[in-house]
Amino acid sequence: MSPGESHALMLDRGNLKRRNRVNRLVTVSSTIAALFAVAVLLIVVGSVLSKGIGALSIHFLTTPTGLFGDTSGGISNAIVGTVIIVAIAAAMAIPVGLLVAIYTTEFAPTRIGHVVRFALDLLNGVPTIITGIFVYGLIVIPQKHQSGFAASVALAIIMLPIVARTAQEVLTLVPATLKEAAHALGIARWRTTVRVTLPTAAGGLMTGALLAVARVAGETAPLILLCSIFAPGVLTEPSEGLASIPIFIFQSSESPSPEAHTQAWAAALVLIAFVLVLNIVARAFYARSRKRMGA
Amino acid sequence: MEAGALSDPVLRARRNLPDRIGDPLLRGLSGLAAALAVVVLVAIAYEVAHLAWPAISKFGIGFLTTNDWNPVTERFGAAPFIYGTVVTSTIALLFAAPLSIAISIYLTELAPARLRRPVATLVDMLAAIPSVILGLWGILVLGPFMNDTIEPALKSVFGFLPIFSGDPSAFSYLTAALILTIMTTPIITSVTREVFETVPGDLKEASYALGATRWEMVRQVVLPYSRAGIVGAVILGLGRAIGEAIAVAQVIGGASVIHASLFHTGSTMAAQIAAQFQGAPGALQQPALAYLGLILLAFALIVNVVARLIVQRGGFKDTDITPTEVEAL
Repeated sequence: MSPGESHALMLDRGNLKRRNRVNRLVTVSSTIAALFAVAVLLIVVGSVLSKGIGALSIHFLTTPTGLFGDTSGGISNAIVGTVIIVAIAAAMAIPVGLLVAIYTTEFAPTRIGHVVRFALDLLNGVPTIITGIFVYGLIVIPQKHQSGFAASVALAIIMLPIVARTAQEVLTLVPATLKEAAHALGIARWRTTVRVTLPTAAGGLMTGALLAVARVAGETAPLILLCSIFAPGVLTEPSEGLASIPIFIFQSSESPSPEAHTQAWAAALVLIAFVLVLNIVARAFYARSRKRMGA
Repeated sequence: MEAGALSDPVLRARRNLPDRIGDPLLRGLSGLAAALAVVVLVAIAYEVAHLAWPAISKFGIGFLTTNDWNPVTERFGAAPFIYGTVVTSTIALLFAAPLSIAISIYLTELAPARLRRPVATLVDMLAAIPSVILGLWGILVLGPFMNDTIEPALKSVFGFLPIFSGDPSAFSYLTAALILTIMTTPIITSVTREVFETVPGDLKEASYALGATRWEMVRQVVLPYSRAGIVGAVILGLGRAIGEAIAVAQVIGGASVIHASLFHTGSTMAAQIAAQFQGAPGALQQPALAYLGLILLAFALIVNVVARLIVQRGGFKDTDITPTEVEAL
């Protein structure tokens, strides 16, 4: 549009100027908002990286935590504990979550499907500290002591709605033509589900499971109530209290000593690396799965 | 078609044993799992109420308005923590809501196509940072920065306001609110972005054809069309903010008092439970904390239900407002 034309079309050029100015202002400020969010991510991850990398060593990863504020140790017991707690939680939550998703997508009448989905959404909205209180009353009080297993149960409850909701979404993406082809061959419904629907959706299901693991690996609130007292050294018995990386970070962050803070940063680096790697792997699975389903 | 095949007695008889038990078995197992999800939700509410019962029968409904938390005299009230929860989440949303809407506008309307996915992924990654790490960062980086720079600056300009009075402090309502802003922004953004993407292209083009600038199009088409979705997203963010225990417990200072100044230490319901539940002495302190938990649970469930109703009434039936993680990819 040449200046002459613009003059003819927009008689009030002062107004157009003002409108363009407002437009530019909004463009700039929303760009800044996006940059700001990315900057916060980089600043937090950058802080963890720069402050944690110095204390990270083979020794740190392979030595158990020292006693009573002795910061010469490492986090091997916390790594082992977190792996055990999260693995048991995943072993409980992933099959159940998958079954819930199979029920709502394959079997449930519309109304009951809505009820289950609503319950899952509400469960997802329950603050994790409340889940901690629940499991405390359910397991810790009757047993009279904390345990890694109690922590696993709480993490499984937190994972369940994440696994189920993502699985539901992935299962509904499976092309109906595939299932219809199986039905047309007279194949039983359960065989269709197990041999056609689930393998087709495998990548996406894997994504949901990995993201749920990533989500609970750093979960701290319920662990404070359920699994924050444990013996020194590397422990592997889930019926007793187990060390964990989030609790190590939490307790070190509350300490006044700078050495403890350095250790907290190093443990945070280990945790954040684990979570980010899981996220990236999950995304890769999802991309592959989408391609497979032609979505 | 399938039902017809199954009801045919000849075909049914020819089906082998695994198929005859396989179908009801899978249906039964999966139905059981679904029932379990509902049962767990109910059991959580029941168990928390059960644990809180000694405190409920002792303090009654007056617990909500009692401004005292004294383990020595065993007099407990929720007022300081309800206050802390409301103040920190409100401030967090005052920052996070406009920020998230602006980011969503950038991601759906402004960003070059090549940048949209990477930037959206980075914003989502912010939600993946474990809260205990954000809390650690809050204690050691953000807190001192608030104490040395932000709070003195606010005080020197707005010091006449009671909310910006008193001495700066690294641990404060304001620091907690900023940490909550960081946690809620990616959640609100992921929902508003999805809602913005449902705005029909022809409405936008009609607006452009009438000579609207990009912002005028957003203001007159995208925002009105998405209003219910935006409100739902913000309320969902509120649910996340009131329930956050760890990061808030790390940076708010843990004082059981009501204080007008945002520079003051305080506590929230979730943070108080995280800080005191483990090893709480006395017969009444743990029940009192469970009572706090029951109030928090009620807050959280109401907020979630309201968010969902608003979004559905607003005509976004197809928009799944649970920020389930796959959509974020």
